[in-house]
Amino acid sequence: MSTESAVQESTTATSQDVKEPKEPLFSKKNKKLLTDPLDDSNPITVQVLGICSALAITVQVKQAIVMSLSVLAVMIGGNLIISLIRNVIPSRIRIIVQLVVVASLVILVDQVLKAYVYDVSKALSVFVGLIITNCIIMGRFEAFAMGNKPWPSILDAIGNAAGYGWILIAVAVVRELFGSGSLMGYQLIPQAVFDFGYMNNNLMILPPMALITVGVIIWIQRARNTKLIEEN
Amino acid sequence: MLDLVNIFVKGIFIENMIFAYFLGMCSYLAVSKTVKTGVGLGAAVIFVLGITVPVNYLIENYVLKEGALTWIDADFASIDLSFLSFIMFIAVIASMVQLVEMAVEKFAPALYGALGIFLPLIAVNCSILGGALFMQERQYSSIAEATSFGLGSGVGWFLAIVAIAAIREKIKYSNVPAPLRGLGITFIITGLMGIAFMAFMGIEL
Repeated sequence: MSTESAVQESTTATSQDVKEPKEPLFSKKNKKLLTDPLDDSNPITVQVLGICSALAITVQVKQAIVMSLSVLAVMIGGNLIISLIRNVIPSRIRIIVQLVVVASLVILVDQVLKAYVYDVSKALSVFVGLIITNCIIMGRFEAFAMGNKPWPSILDAIGNAAGYGWILIAVAVVRELFGSGSLMGYQLIPQAVFDFGYMNNNLMILPPMALITVGVIIWIQRARNTKLIEEN
Repeated sequence: MLDLVNIFVKGIFIENMIFAYFLGMCSYLAVSKTVKTGVGLGAAVIFVLGITVPVNYLIENYVLKEGALTWIDADFASIDLSFLSFIMFIAVIASMVQLVEMAVEKFAPALYGALGIFLPLIAVNCSILGGALFMQERQYSSIAEATSFGLGSGVGWFLAIVAIAAIREKIKYSNVPAPLRGLGITFIITGLMGIAFMAFMGIEL
């Protein structure tokens, strides 16, 4: 399903590239690449890509930020590499080529995390490795980097990683604030409120609430942006 | 023997891939519009997990782990290749999926007709790589345990996708608030099902 549209998108994109060889670095089209994924074509709430990791690591804001940065790094590197070698990749084995590129970049990110933020890396456990099969990354390779020049590909990577990141951080803020009464590990809800009888909502820390929080975010987003509403 | 059954049941209910770890959510949400496609993809996941987890177990224990290469020569005892595990696992999964696809096409054309279009999707399904990585993290002691874990997680995934597909087929006739239609309500229902599945967490196996 996504592959077909990806092929179409990439062919139209290349023909446009040929027509206008010179354009400013931040032309209107390039700016759109950055801003579109934040709302209208958000990877999580609209394209439904990369949900797996988005939900599991949103118990704490810190983990969510580290995860978003890791995805940003992998996406920029991957989109750039794929875009540079896009004309040499035989189309029949392109999935394997893409997987190898992502896997090598993820190994790099994993080693960096292990070296500098060991505790977060432990908490993220298998989910760092699962960036490899994060559909956003493969999806952007297929839909964009395979048919576009390096510079727009980098912008597209930044835009999509930012769209992914803000949802992740939004979910994490809600879950950490109501689940443990803190943000980034700092106690935000004062002790006096607890003395008054307030309690942390332990359900927020459990996996199902991540799904419901994302569901509510989608609800709010589509109520504001009515063209995203689905038929059924 | 009881151990194996325990691991199997644990994989289905307590450590359900979808409700406890959210693995394979992308295809879970995309392919769950009808029960028929849900069953097809679910069966393919059971199949592939049942094959790739034991294969990755062998690779982990005879190639990647520290000291795993001693079966070639005692000098290799200090070699630790585990940093290569991501790339090895994903390569194994991608090639196993190819192989399985070819074998099924050749020997069971009827099954290929049912599973065919879903098999290539599976190479990038997080639950398959997730299965391999959990197998590595949990250090199963034998290949039988790893296989039983793979099959159990597959069956758990199958149950989840068939259940949500059945609910989505029925919910078409309900009056859902417009902005929630489609994706939003599916998320919330999955959340509610997750809460129901948490009842199994109290079971000690």
